[in-house]
Amino acid sequence: MQTPAAIRFDHLGQVFDTGSGRVEALRNVSFEVARHEFLAVLGPSGCGKSTLLRMIAGLLEPTSGAVEVFGRRVDGPREDIGIVFQKPTLLPWATIEDNVMFPVRHKRGRVGSHDRDRAQELLRMVGLEGFGKRLPDELSGGMQQRVGIARALHMDPDILLMDEPFSALDALTREEMGFDLLRIFSERPKTVVFITHSVSEAALLADRVLVMTGRPGSVLTELPVPVARPRGRETIKDPAVTELAAHLRDLLLQRDAA
Amino acid sequence: MSLSMPDFTKPESKRLDLRRILAAPGVAAILTILGTVALWELAARTLNIPSYLLPAPSAIFSTFPSIGAERWVGHVWATLRVALLGFALAIAIAIPLAIALVRSPALNRTLYPLLVIVQSTPVVAIAPIIIVVLGAGDAPRIVITTLICFFPLVVSTATGLAATPPELIELSRSLRAPAFREITQIRLPFAVPYIFSALKISVTLAVIGAVVAEFCASDAGVGYFIQFSTSMFKLPQAWAGLFVLAGMSLALFQAVSWAQKLLFPWSLPRKR
Ligand SMILES: Nc1ncnc2c1ncn2[C@@H]1O[C@H](COP(=O)(O)OP(=O)(O)OP(=O)(O)O)[C@@H](O)[C@H]1O
Ligand SMILES: [Mg+2]
Repeated sequence: MQTPAAIRFDHLGQVFDTGSGRVEALRNVSFEVARHEFLAVLGPSGCGKSTLLRMIAGLLEPTSGAVEVFGRRVDGPREDIGIVFQKPTLLPWATIEDNVMFPVRHKRGRVGSHDRDRAQELLRMVGLEGFGKRLPDELSGGMQQRVGIARALHMDPDILLMDEPFSALDALTREEMGFDLLRIFSERPKTVVFITHSVSEAALLADRVLVMTGRPGSVLTELPVPVARPRGRETIKDPAVTELAAHLRDLLLQRDAA
Repeated sequence: MSLSMPDFTKPESKRLDLRRILAAPGVAAILTILGTVALWELAARTLNIPSYLLPAPSAIFSTFPSIGAERWVGHVWATLRVALLGFALAIAIAIPLAIALVRSPALNRTLYPLLVIVQSTPVVAIAPIIIVVLGAGDAPRIVITTLICFFPLVVSTATGLAATPPELIELSRSLRAPAFREITQIRLPFAVPYIFSALKISVTLAVIGAVVAEFCASDAGVGYFIQFSTSMFKLPQAWAGLFVLAGMSLALFQAVSWAQKLLFPWSLPRKR
C-alpha cells in the first residue's frame, strides 16, 4: 500500500428517507479500486449500484461511513470524474461536437480551439470521425452512446463511472462497444467503475468483478479476472473468461433463488 | 416515345393530381371554409333570416369597403398593440417566475397556490376595477391582457423546466457549474417545446384579453368597434369585426408557429 487507492469505500451505509418509510439501500460496503483498475459491479436490480456511483461522484452523501477518492474524503461533487449514463442524454439541439464539449462550455461558459481539437480527437477515438457537425437524432443509439463516452472523457477525468452504459443497445452493438472500450482504455488508461447486468461483459472488460447482494446491498464477493491484457475479440472465447462468466451467473442466480 | 412523353390525356393521372392537390397543406381547410361560407350565404338567402339574427356573408363583406381601410387599420392596430404588449409582458413575467418556481421548492409551495387563486378569479370581473385603478390609456388594457394570458405560460414553462433529463442535472452538478448555466444551457432549451405550445395558447388569449379590456373602456380597437356597431344595430358590421378578430388570432398563432420553426427547428417533432 504505497499509494492511496483511487477509490475507497469504508463501511459505507445508505438509508433513504422516503415518504413511505426508510429504505436501507446499502449496508457496510467496503472495497477499493486501484488506480487504472477496471472494476465491474454486478448485482441484482435495486441493490444500490447506481447509488454507489453517485457517492463516488459526490452527488450523494452517505448516511454512515465514507468514500475516499485518491485519499481524500468525498464531500461534494468533484470535477476529476466523468460519468456515462445508461441513456446517452445528449442535448438534441447541439451538434455532436458541441455535445462532446458540453462539460467545458457548461463549466466555463466558453470553449477554445484546444477544446475543439480535443473533441475531434475523442470522436476519432470512439469511431465517429466526420460526425461532429451532425445532430444527435441523426445518429443510431450505439453512436449516441459513443458520443456520451467521448463527452465523459473530454475533461480527461482520472476516474470514469459508467452506469449500465450499453444496456439500451442491441446484443451485437453491445459486444462491439465492449471491444471498443478495451481499445480506448488500452490507449488511455483510466480508473473505471462499470456497472452492468451482463456477466460476460464484466468478465471481458474488467480486471476485477465485484458482486453485490440484494437490498440492502453489500459486497458478496470480489473476483479477479485472470486474463492478461491486451484483450480483444478472441478473449470472449478464452476458457478463463467463460468459466468466470459461468461462475458469476451461478452466484447471481443463487442469490436470486435464496 | 410514349415513355418520354407525359400523358395528360389519361384520366388516371388527372385524378391523381386532384388527390395530390387536396392533400396539400391548407387546401382542405380553405375548401372547408369556402364551403361553409357558401352554405351560410345560401341559407341566409333562402330561409330569409333577418340580418340582425344572422347577416349573410355578402352583407358582412360589403361593410369592409364602406368602413374604409384607414379606420380598419386604426382599430386593428389599437387591438394588436395592446395584445402584443400584454403578451410580451406576460412572457417577461412568466418565464422568470417559472424559473423561480423550479429553483425554489419554498417559492413553489407559497407562490403556486397564489397563482392558482389569481387564475381562478375571472379577470373579466376585475377588469373594470383595474381600469378604475390604472386610469385611461393603454396601461390598464395591457395589464388585463397580461392577467388573462400569463397563467398557461407559467405552468407550461415550469413543467418544461422540470422535465429535463435528471442525468443532465446530475452532470451539471458534478461539474460544479454555475447555477444559472443549468437554467440557460439545460433547462430552458429543454423547455422550448413546452414554452411554445403555451405561447400558441397565450397569444390567442392575448387577443381575448385586449378585447375584454376594450369592452370595459376604450374608444378604439376591434372589440370597441364590435360593441359600438352592435349598439347602433349595425350587425353585419359587428360580424365583420368578429372576422377581423378571428383573422388576427389566426395570424398571431401562425406567427408563433413560424417563430418556433425558424428559431428552434430541433424542438419540433421530426418528420420522417
Ligand atoms: N433518491 C432516492 N430516494 C429514495 N430511494 C432511493 C433513492 N435512490 C435510490 N433509492 C432506492 O435505493 C435502492 C437502490 O437504488 P439504485 O438505483 O442504486 O439501485 P441499482 O442497483 O442501480 O438498481 P438497477 O440495477 O435497477 O439500476 C432502490 O431500492 C431505490 O428505490
Ligand atoms: Mg441503477
